[in-house]
Parts: sequence; structure tokens; C-alpha cells
Amino acid sequence: MNILEVEKLKTYFFTEAGVVKALDDISFSIPKGSTLGLVGESGSGKTVTAQSVLRIVPKPGKIVGGSIFFEGEDLLPKKEGEMRKFRGKKISLIFQDPTSSLNPLFTIGEQLGDIVVQHMKLKKSEAKEWVIKTLKLAKLPDPENAIHSYPHQFSGGMKQRICIARALLLSPKLLFADEPTTNLDVTIQAQIIALLKDLQRDLGMTLVMITHDMGIVADMCKWVVVLYAGNVMEIGPIDKIFEEPHPYTEALLKAIPRLDQTKELVFIPGNIPNLIDPPSGCKFHPRCQYAKEICKEKIPSLEDIGDGHFVSCHRWKELNNRG
Amino acid sequence: MAPLLEVKDLVKYFPTYSRGIFRKKIVGNVHAVDGISFSVNESEIVGLVGESGCGKTTTGKLILYLERPTKGEILFDGKNAIEIFENGSKEEKMELRRSMQMVFQNPYASLDPRMTVFDIISEPFKIHKHVPRNEWKERVYKLLELVGLEPYHAERYPHEFSGGQRQRICIARAIAVEPRFIIADEPVSSLDVSIRAQILKLIMDLQHRLGVSYLYISHDLSSVRQISQRVMVMYLGEIVEAAPTDELFDHSIHPYTRALISAVPIPDPKRKMNIILLPGEVPSAINPPSGCRFHPRCRYATSECKEEKPSFVEVDKDHYVSCHHYAEFA
Repeated sequence: MNILEVEKLKTYFFTEAGVVKALDDISFSIPKGSTLGLVGESGSGKTVTAQSVLRIVPKPGKIVGGSIFFEGEDLLPKKEGEMRKFRGKKISLIFQDPTSSLNPLFTIGEQLGDIVVQHMKLKKSEAKEWVIKTLKLAKLPDPENAIHSYPHQFSGGMKQRICIARALLLSPKLLFADEPTTNLDVTIQAQIIALLKDLQRDLGMTLVMITHDMGIVADMCKWVVVLYAGNVMEIGPIDKIFEEPHPYTEALLKAIPRLDQTKELVFIPGNIPNLIDPPSGCKFHPRCQYAKEICKEKIPSLEDIGDGHFVSCHRWKELNNRG
Repeated sequence: MAPLLEVKDLVKYFPTYSRGIFRKKIVGNVHAVDGISFSVNESEIVGLVGESGCGKTTTGKLILYLERPTKGEILFDGKNAIEIFENGSKEEKMELRRSMQMVFQNPYASLDPRMTVFDIISEPFKIHKHVPRNEWKERVYKLLELVGLEPYHAERYPHEFSGGQRQRICIARAIAVEPRFIIADEPVSSLDVSIRAQILKLIMDLQHRLGVSYLYISHDLSSVRQISQRVMVMYLGEIVEAAPTDELFDHSIHPYTRALISAVPIPDPKRKMNIILLPGEVPSAINPPSGCRFHPRCRYATSECKEEKPSFVEVDKDHYVSCHHYAEFA
């Protein structure tokens, strides 16, 4: 069963320079209880996808079309008041930068307790206990004292643990983690990834890892959605993505250095496209080594190629001898 | 052959002061770099890896005398660099500055937004006067071509470029003075994954074409493996292990290097990760741990590690490690 189904979602930003099509007709679904990787470079629409699902797209952005079904319910027609019942309680989000997403003026106990008091209608003493319990879940050392400390008193890794605890306070079913380890050192990153894996397993949550690191995806995720310039390039189980990838994914995998081997790096020419005036047809065509005339002219559709693998490419079948 | 750059027992302490408006009292020292020695050969790329706060960037700044070393010796091409920067004549200083350049981490902050690309790249000509005025244009175009940009880019301003292109401009500016040695401080970490390979290739390309040596400072072990001939691993101001690249990644000895390598996710779903999780975090550099600085987080630590500082020994050809128990891990 799918916990979330996104269909033909369009989120545009109406800027002075023009309309930025941050998400242009994207569709994907997330199986319940799984870990899904949402992969892409900056500007591909990873973060906007999470913001759209929670309906917290910042101005001048607006969801202009499509639907988002959470456990069968369409979230887009819901009123603001109704959305509050979803945010944090059913769908939650860990922000990219733990330093800027914690309020420096309040203690950890105050800012986390506030959420519990507001949403769960608990008494103060109960709220305190609940916060300590959740901080323990995120393996923050000495939570009884930590609730009296301010964010600046913690290191980056510890702040991220606090942010994870905050996202878990209301026991959400679906958790988006937006680049949760990008600002952390590798050894701390390993600690946070281990924690997220444990939490997903123990709490039976559905976890969406938003990342640009294919290594993290390979390590954590069962399913992958690859985004590029506001379009879904491919969706599939992790093995398929690595074995028979979309030309973009293939190019990306060849362009990243690997620690376990030395190889000739094959770089992707050109730059990430400008979304105000995106390329015609397939958005990756100007940088794609396999691009032909048709890629320039026609937008490819997301095609089912079996085993739950969907690819948006005119030439994939031909390139993989499946034609 | 003598190495191009030789660093001996380099030390940098940053004093920390007590609070108070009128009286400043030194209450401690941040041991940013604590007695490191290494060398870089002609047209060689040496990688310097470590986590944030381990002293990588400070090391780079000390070599260029952007920070004043507390102690130690830096020999560039056999000449005492610190001595020249402190007491040398203007000509000597300029000559040394010309031979060592730096490429910074963030190309969004290291280019003046009010200068055109032409002005940025030709500014070194103005300072060092090694190119006559009538050849500037030709030289700038040649440099742009060398870093993979077009002549018409010269008239533009930095904001018109993407991150990868900006980093190319920074590299063009660095090589405008024909340096022999470049310190590249995390040159790709602020770029997108699909762009990083382009810049790494450019760095390697310039190494081959111009014979430049690099100190490549990074926390990203994968790119270090890709680009360097030799690698040094730093922890809390000290070098704990140094070896030729493949030797270091395939036969690492120091427990910290091993943990660091194990923690890097590998883009291959079939490969099982076998992460060595390190407990806790990097301790404060104000009061670094006694003995081996890694001992509070090391699972093999013994009382010897707590009390005595391990020496930096050569365990194999060009493979140095600073660990009491290296024989057990080799």
C-alpha cells in the first residue's frame, strides 16, 4: 500500500524575473513503511516536493495543479485548519540546517515542549516527560539537563539529533529528512544515518531521504525517485536504478568519485538549466550524451519498464536493448 | 630531488581571552596546528583530509603566511618562506607570493561582485607587472580558454556565472601569476555533484599541462582519492597518518583513518557498509586530550595511549603513522 501518492504536481514560483517551474508535472508514490530516496541536485525540486506535500511552499511559490493523496485523502483541497492536523502529526520534516531551524532565544525544552502542549494538550509536567522521552529516542546524551540548554550550546551533530527529536514529537507516519547530514562531518554523518535507520525500523515510519549523495541512497533506501530540473527522471527499486539507470542517473554515477576505486571521471558537460527558460523536450537533453532530435522536441513520458521501474527517456529501451 | 615545499614542525596556537571589556587576559590556546611536518614535491597533488576544526585550512593559511605561524619552518624551493615574509625585501616577498597561490572554498564569496572577469583575472598582472599592458587581453583570453571558459565571458560580472564557472574564474586568477604551487581549500565542496567532476578534471589537467603542485584540502575522501598522489590525514591539529593514495585507502593503519574511510557511503547498493561508528565528537582543541589525541574515541586505546604521545613512524615505504599499536593493525 502507498502512504503517499503524488500525481501531476505542479509548483511554480512567480518571481519578478518570470515563472520558475520548480516542480513541473511530477508523479510518484511512496510505499508504506519503506525508505525512499529523493535524489537530485540543487534546483531539481527535492525540497519543494517536501514543502508541497506539507503545503508550506514559501512565497512567491504556489501549487498550481495536481493532487497529493496521503493515505487516500487529497491534501490540496484542504483548508489551513485541517492541514494543521497533518503537519507534524502525520507528516513531519527535518530541515537541512539544524543551526538555523532551531530558535536561539529559547531553550530546547521550551521550543520542543511548546509543540507538545499545543498539539497534544498535555500538562506541563507531562509535556516535559514526553520531550525527554523523545530526546532519548534520538539518542541525545543527558536529555534531562539538555532541555535547559540553548541551541548554541550543542554541536552540529547534537543539534541535528534535537531536530530529529522535534520531528518525531507527534509520532508522524511519514518523515521527510531534507539533507539531514549535509553540514556534518563524515563520522557524525554515519552516526545520524545509523540513528535514522534505527528509528525507521523501530517506529515503523515511512522515511523519505532527500539527498544528493548517491552513496547515502545506496546505503539506506529501498526505493529511489530521481529528479532533475523539476521533472522526474526515473523511479524504481534501488538495484534497478544502479543496474539500468536513466542516462542522467548513469552520467551522475560516472561523475562522482568513489572511495573504493579509482576510475576515470566522466564529467557531465554544461550546467544545471535555468528553470525560468528550461530546455525544450527532455530537460536533460542539452547535457545528455545520447540525445537525439526527438529528445529536443518531445517531452518524454514516465514509462513503466517492469519491476516497479519507471523511466522518462525516449531512448532508454533502445539503449538497453529492450526495444 | 629536493621537495618543492617542506614544512617542519609547524605550530599555530590561537589565544583565547577571558571575558571583560577592559582587561584582556589570555586564558588558553586553541591548538589549531600542533607540530606537523610534511613535504610536497614538484608537480604533485597532496591531499589533506580531516573533519571540521582539525586544522586543515589553518595549515594552508600558514603556508601562505596569511596567518603567522607560532613556531616551525616552511621551506619553499629551499628558501625559508617565513623568514622572507617577515624580514625579506619587497622583491623577495613578491616573488614568493607569485609562486604560491590559493583557491578558496566558496566561489560566491571570493570574487569581487563589482569587477568584471577581465579585471579580476588581470589584477595579478597589475600587481606583479610580469605581463606588459598590451598583452593583457591576449593573456586573459588564453587563461579563460585554459580553464574552459570563452573569451566573451571576460566582459561579464561574477553574478552572471554559475558556481562551477565561478570556480573556474578563481582558478584562472590563481594561475595568472604562473604559480608553482596552489593550495586548493575545498574547491568543489560548495558545487553540485554533476559539476564537481568538471573542476576536479580541470585541477588535474593543469597539474599535467603546467606542472603545478597542489595541496588539496578537503573533507571529502572520495575526491581526495580521485585527485591526489599522496594523502595526509589530520586529527585535532596533528597528522595521524600519511601515505601514497592507494596505500592509504587500501591499507590504512590508524584507527581514526579506518573509521573515517568506513563512514563514507559508497554508491553501490550491493556493497554492505561496514561502518566503524566513533563514539562522541572531536574534543576541544583548547585542552586537547593527553597522549594520543584520538584515545578518548579509540576502541583500542590502552593506558599507554592516554599517557604517552605516539611518534610518527614510517611503517612501510612512505607510509607514516602515529599510533602506539600500529604493529597490531598493519
